[in-house]
Amino acid sequence: MQTSRVIERILIAIPVIIGIGIIIFLIMRLTPGDPVDIMMGQAGHVSEREVELLREQWHLDESIPVQLGYFLKDLFRGDLGMSFTKGRPVWELIKQTLPATIELAVFGAFFALAIAIPIGVVSAVKQNSLLDRVSMATAFFGICMPIFWMGIILIIVFSINLNWLPTYGRIAYDVRLQEITGFYIIDSILTGNMPALASTLKHLIMPSITLGFPMAAIVARVMRSSMLEVLRNDYVVMARAKGLGEFRVIVKHAMRNAMIPTVTVIGLEIGMLLGGNMIVETVFSWPGLGRLVVSSIFVRDYPLVQGVVMIYAFTFVFANLIVDILYTYINPKISI
Amino acid sequence: MSRIQPLNPERMRLRDYYLTRLRLTGKNFVKFLYKLSRNPSAMIGLLVLLFFVFLAVAGPLIVPVDPMEVNLLARLKPPSWMDGGSEENLLGTDQLGMDLFSRIIVGTRISLMIGLLTVSISILIGTTLGLLAGYYRGMLDKLLSRFADLLLSFPWLIFAIFTMAVIGPGFNNLVFALTFKGWVGFFRLVRGEVLSEKTKEYVDASRALGQNNLKIMLREIMPNILNSIIVLGTLRMGFMIIMEASLSFLGLGIQYPEPAWGSMVNIGRDYMLSAWWISTFSGIAILVLVLAVNMLGEGLRDILDPRMRRIE
Repeated sequence: MQTSRVIERILIAIPVIIGIGIIIFLIMRLTPGDPVDIMMGQAGHVSEREVELLREQWHLDESIPVQLGYFLKDLFRGDLGMSFTKGRPVWELIKQTLPATIELAVFGAFFALAIAIPIGVVSAVKQNSLLDRVSMATAFFGICMPIFWMGIILIIVFSINLNWLPTYGRIAYDVRLQEITGFYIIDSILTGNMPALASTLKHLIMPSITLGFPMAAIVARVMRSSMLEVLRNDYVVMARAKGLGEFRVIVKHAMRNAMIPTVTVIGLEIGMLLGGNMIVETVFSWPGLGRLVVSSIFVRDYPLVQGVVMIYAFTFVFANLIVDILYTYINPKISI
Repeated sequence: MSRIQPLNPERMRLRDYYLTRLRLTGKNFVKFLYKLSRNPSAMIGLLVLLFFVFLAVAGPLIVPVDPMEVNLLARLKPPSWMDGGSEENLLGTDQLGMDLFSRIIVGTRISLMIGLLTVSISILIGTTLGLLAGYYRGMLDKLLSRFADLLLSFPWLIFAIFTMAVIGPGFNNLVFALTFKGWVGFFRLVRGEVLSEKTKEYVDASRALGQNNLKIMLREIMPNILNSIIVLGTLRMGFMIIMEASLSFLGLGIQYPEPAWGSMVNIGRDYMLSAWWISTFSGIAILVLVLAVNMLGEGLRDILDPRMRRIE
């Protein structure tokens, strides 16, 4: 039963990916004027040959539906075009910056969940206690806080005034690290390079907290409210009546079911994590995808912007696909 | 002389049901105000929001210094209580010597305008399409729902950044980029509500009384889903204000030297070492406004639409 559901869910993702491609294509055509002229105007000093190449690459002399056809064909071949400011294929640039972004996103999400789930559970169990009130007030702040501002405040306090943490980048300039996978944490462990590991971790602290904070806020609130609902159920009373310890009742009986709505929200929040990623990378000069796309916007490197946005959108679809599949496993009701 | 016939019980029931559905104004509004006044966080939110509205309207008249006046002699001056600060510039100045306090006050207008405009347009489009799709179903519903799902599969900020990157910065473009996806939330909400309201008796009753479809949608169903729309709209407004600030921060929204809070935070980033006040105070303005809007929004949700508590 479950396998067929999983396959069905994967098949649904295919038209979504095509649809995303079409929307991105159509938005690209909203450019006021000829995109090639705009791009070349920004780039300056371009030869006729380059302009020709770009026109050819974008099939600008064809009709819109034909252009769309070419666009989707290239997309499915994995060809995202050439970045004209960097003179390299977009896909290559993405591959190069992706590890930095993934490392940051994983740490951000890890920070968010490691804090939010226990806080949500404890707040529900000790409802209306001081801890509950303080953490829910903090969570409310987390939802209202613009993360770019939070990042800057962290830098002002912890880097500039206290001088505890580095301001920008992934690793200190004077630390050497041999790159193997592109993930600095993994590389420094593989090469047994402790100074590099320490430096990488130090550089990760503030960006991950900034990135994860809004997610932590929302997940903690949802976890708390679904936990409160679950704790009222008969089977929790039953588990207590059986004489199970409070810890066991909460962790094994209540939490498992309270996780179901939380997982859905986590799936949706991955979108926030991806969008926030662009901002956090800009604030902390993190050399990842987000900073790549933001900096290429200002030189109007459309192929690069388009390619990276596509990767972000696909990641979101893919992440939600995984969440949905995970969901069928934690919620047995769905699989029947 | 004809005697007035008593209504049969079935028709009485229908009539009562029908009448209760119409009784939405007057007494209920007073009840709503009473409930609102008993909800302290919603009241604080409302008062702070009203204060910001006052600043947005009266801002240019009450500011101590012209917010666009460049004074290079007074650049990067610290807040008045610090060494080197002066009474004239309460919160200090930026790198062009423009007064931060005045700029923050005047900047209220941009944030509130964007919030109000994007949410109103989203409500208008989303509600209209949602009513039509939910009421008539069919092909229109299928098409709109698929399109809405597709837009939902884009992360918000990435979609907005991308759109702004293509169409360029500016106020109108910002409103366009934010509403392009903003209507979807209202569309889904209204469509879902219409689907469930449509099956209720009062809709049958008004149809039996010979009302046409347009009247049923606007006069019967709409009043019953208005609460949910108001709640979502308020909560969405806080979100839109953050989105505007984020885009302006990235240099894609309202551009410096226009006094938009997001771009002021961005300018301050280059002077973090020497002039922390630029980013700090501009960001506090965003935070306080969004806090107020969301406090009001969550208060309204508790009063008007307790079911929505679960969707966070």
